[in-house]
Amino acid sequence: MRAYTPKDDVQKKPYYTDRYWVAPQVAKSDVSEDAVFAHDLEAIKAKFEVLDAYIQVKQMVVVINAADNFGVIELMKNELEYNQLSELSAIDWLATEGKFEIFYQMLSMSKRKRIRVKCKIDEKESIQSLSSLFRSADWSEREMYDMFGVVVNNHPFMKRILMPDDWEGFPLRKIYPLQGDEFAQWYEVDKIFGKEAREIIGPENRDPARVDRYDTERFSRLGHEVPRGTDISQGEPDTPLCYQENEGVFLIQKFDAEKSVVISDRDR
Amino acid sequence: MAQHQVNYLKDGGLPVALTTIDKVVNWGRSNSLWALTYGLACCGIEMMASGASRYDFDRFGTIFRASPRQAELMVVAGTLTKKHAEFIRRLYDQMTEPKWVISMGSCANTGGMFNTYATVQGVDRVIPVDLYLPGCAPRPETLQYAVLLLQQKIRRESASRAQKPKRLM
Repeated sequence: MRAYTPKDDVQKKPYYTDRYWVAPQVAKSDVSEDAVFAHDLEAIKAKFEVLDAYIQVKQMVVVINAADNFGVIELMKNELEYNQLSELSAIDWLATEGKFEIFYQMLSMSKRKRIRVKCKIDEKESIQSLSSLFRSADWSEREMYDMFGVVVNNHPFMKRILMPDDWEGFPLRKIYPLQGDEFAQWYEVDKIFGKEAREIIGPENRDPARVDRYDTERFSRLGHEVPRGTDISQGEPDTPLCYQENEGVFLIQKFDAEKSVVISDRDR
Repeated sequence: MAQHQVNYLKDGGLPVALTTIDKVVNWGRSNSLWALTYGLACCGIEMMASGASRYDFDRFGTIFRASPRQAELMVVAGTLTKKHAEFIRRLYDQMTEPKWVISMGSCANTGGMFNTYATVQGVDRVIPVDLYLPGCAPRPETLQYAVLLLQQKIRRESASRAQKPKRLM
């Protein structure tokens, strides 16, 4: 008999899983292989707890406790010459671990090295802001809040950055549907016309292959334009790029190619 | 005694043309379509090219205006995001009657390839559209053709009565 799988959290799971799929892993190597990284790691280890550290694609990855994030980045900036925070965001591991992974990508211009600092927080947990250390963290943390719902403490302006302020839901979470939940699908209708207008305007057409019986009435083909309501059951009349009505337009002369003159003498 | 015989009924005789008021008004409206500058995405680049010297919209009387109060044509050129939907409606409401809308490009027509949570699936969910222009992005010639078709549409309409309220699709 096939093993029973609970169906109440299907949204959290991808719709298809290959049982024999093994995700490819980038090879990890020991930190001691690189003298610069080994020195940096010793400096971090002297003050903070390091959960894991390894080198991947010539970059060191340091996993720390989430509470230490400000201290570690401050140490790296002030003492280890990692003077640029090039990227910062979150990764959604809620379905498998119930946690967000926050990563900080650091660059040292003088050492020509990159370090990625990682930490994990729970869904409802918040994290300390780095915007007093790096200005670049300001918008990145707002984007992280906007897309994942990770609240950042001590941020000067904790507000959505891309989505509208009254948006509900966090679009980059794995459980968020690509085509939007009900709030997202009716957002513009609700906001402009009110919820009563939902019935009049109707749901979005998300099917690009849908054929509507009114399509031929509402739209005409390019080169066969006819006014709305014209009977085209006997085929459309051919309108070869007609820029004017056939009988001409009041006060506008039609260009006559027969009467036109090509000027060959440029100095005329 | 006139030296030259003038036939007043022939062309160029009398500076008079007989027509109906509808035709005069529609002639004026259709040949001075002032468009709102409304480039939302890459279609906006094609719209700008249509307005610039090579394609030259001015010769059709289409002049881009930066204010909805001076414009009667809205060329929605590009992807309309849900965040922006309320502003397009507000700008449309600020335009003076009579007003027309050209939906330019796949994104404005149906949402195009952006079948996502953040894109309005066709501007006709928010404002009534007169002319849908296919293409991704339509070339300036196509936009010119659309404006000329819209001119024909305006000339067909009755000018003396108030515009019928247009409905959303």
